[in-house]
Amino acid sequence: MTHQPAIHVATLRKVYGRTVAVHDVSFDVQPGEIFGLIGPNGAGKTTTMECIEGVRRPDRGVISVLGLDPARDAYRLQQRIGVQLQAAQLQKRIKVREAVAFWASLYPHPADGDQLIEQLGLSEKRDAWFMTLSGGQKQRLFIALALINDPQLVFLDELTTGLDPQARRAIWDLVRGIRQRGKTVLLTTHLMEEAERLCDRVAIIDHGRIVDVGTPAELVRRHCPERTVIVGTDDPEATERFGAIPQIESVERRGSEVILHGRGEDLVTHVIRCLAEHRIHVIDFRSEVPTLEDVFLRLTGHTIRD
Amino acid sequence: MGRLWRLAWLETKIFVREPMGVVGTVGVPVLIFVVLARMVAERRGDALADVPPLIAGDLPILGAMFIIATTVLSLVTIIAIYREGGILKRLRATPLRPPAILTAHVLVKLLFTLITLTLMYLAGRRYHLVIDEVPIVSFGLALLFSTTAIISLGFVIASVVPTARFAQPIGTLIIYPLIGMSGLFVPVEALPPALQAVARAMPFTYAASLLRGVWHGEGWASHSGDVLALTLMFVVFTGVSARVFRWE
Repeated sequence: MTHQPAIHVATLRKVYGRTVAVHDVSFDVQPGEIFGLIGPNGAGKTTTMECIEGVRRPDRGVISVLGLDPARDAYRLQQRIGVQLQAAQLQKRIKVREAVAFWASLYPHPADGDQLIEQLGLSEKRDAWFMTLSGGQKQRLFIALALINDPQLVFLDELTTGLDPQARRAIWDLVRGIRQRGKTVLLTTHLMEEAERLCDRVAIIDHGRIVDVGTPAELVRRHCPERTVIVGTDDPEATERFGAIPQIESVERRGSEVILHGRGEDLVTHVIRCLAEHRIHVIDFRSEVPTLEDVFLRLTGHTIRD
Repeated sequence: MGRLWRLAWLETKIFVREPMGVVGTVGVPVLIFVVLARMVAERRGDALADVPPLIAGDLPILGAMFIIATTVLSLVTIIAIYREGGILKRLRATPLRPPAILTAHVLVKLLFTLITLTLMYLAGRRYHLVIDEVPIVSFGLALLFSTTAIISLGFVIASVVPTARFAQPIGTLIIYPLIGMSGLFVPVEALPPALQAVARAMPFTYAASLLRGVWHGEGWASHSGDVLALTLMFVVFTGVSARVFRWE
């Protein structure tokens, strides 16, 4: 990934009245990756994204999108990007195929609308009014509209908010499909599970500032190295044996379960080795790895829902 | 241009899919016109003296003002709904130029203005209020011209209404009193000075004067002042709404 980034943002700043919505934000998005801006509502994710799309003008900073300046080359950029805006609707009584056909007519080299409708599983809803679609169908239509000009770069803002888990998973598959076609995706989400499952890299935003950038696994390693292993056993000597493992920081017995706290990715290996060595009888075994949610809490001091 | 017409056509189709919208903008003015026209038609000659002169003599002008009022109210409401639903914002994030998005709605409204006028004209013929000598084409043009000028005021109103819920009531509260002081019911000179000033600053007064003049065969030339005032107001209100219009 040594070529020019798809998106380059440096010291981006946006102020609304006396509130600094985006505070010197900088990051790069590489071609072909799914990059997530994650943070709670009001963190500045949407403002940042809309500045990059050219929908909003930043007060300061440098933005380059596919080599273009979104403020100056807004119309040229629009030909090459696809956007899905947060909480946007369409006309209540527009038909699915009308929306797709109209959007296609706005671009010089549109993708095949019928094919998109089919790929996004909307064939049966071709003649349905927008207002009659389910939340998931609406979002699939918005994805279709974002892809109608066969863009190199796709922006998805809070794509799965308000969807049930099943519809959410279906949308994740579609977003992975976008990446498979060689496109770059920038998305925002306040769902940590979504970021973890979908994004190649994420930037954690809180109060308009980027707290850290990396792959979800990197961020967990960097900020939450602690691991927990829970062993169910009836061996009375187990507690003592586990205590001898150097990486273990604390051992706690709760009934038939022993809870082990420690650090590092090889903690689990050490515990398994210890079990084998001492022939400890195991009834149950599981390990708990911190998630992005824990990273967020660690970095910002509050949970994402606060 | 192609995009503008395509959007206008799409918005036309969407508009007719909502029966209440069509009833409100086309049905209601035509219905009121028909009721009043029957009243006039039933009392020919001396009996017509019971009917207020506005309805006896100026019913077509009253009808046209009704068309303007419902058209502009419908526009204000639709724009407010589109803004609240993020539809304007979504359209704006396409290669469509912002003025095209709004102009498409104006074209739709003007189309329905013409349809309503045609229905009124047919009703007028049915009750023999409208005879062949009436300059209906000229009147239609005067109506389109006046509607366009007043729609520009509609965009200013659409900019200030806080939510879609309030669009219709606030629009009604602004537009109907302005029609009340347009000189249609009472001569503008007979209004208190403050209201006279408001009446002269608003397009309804000139629209009423132009429509009345054209209907009675006075010709456009003798109403160049009204035309000029309406043009000026169109420019001013369009300029104001370009500055204060909110897309989201």
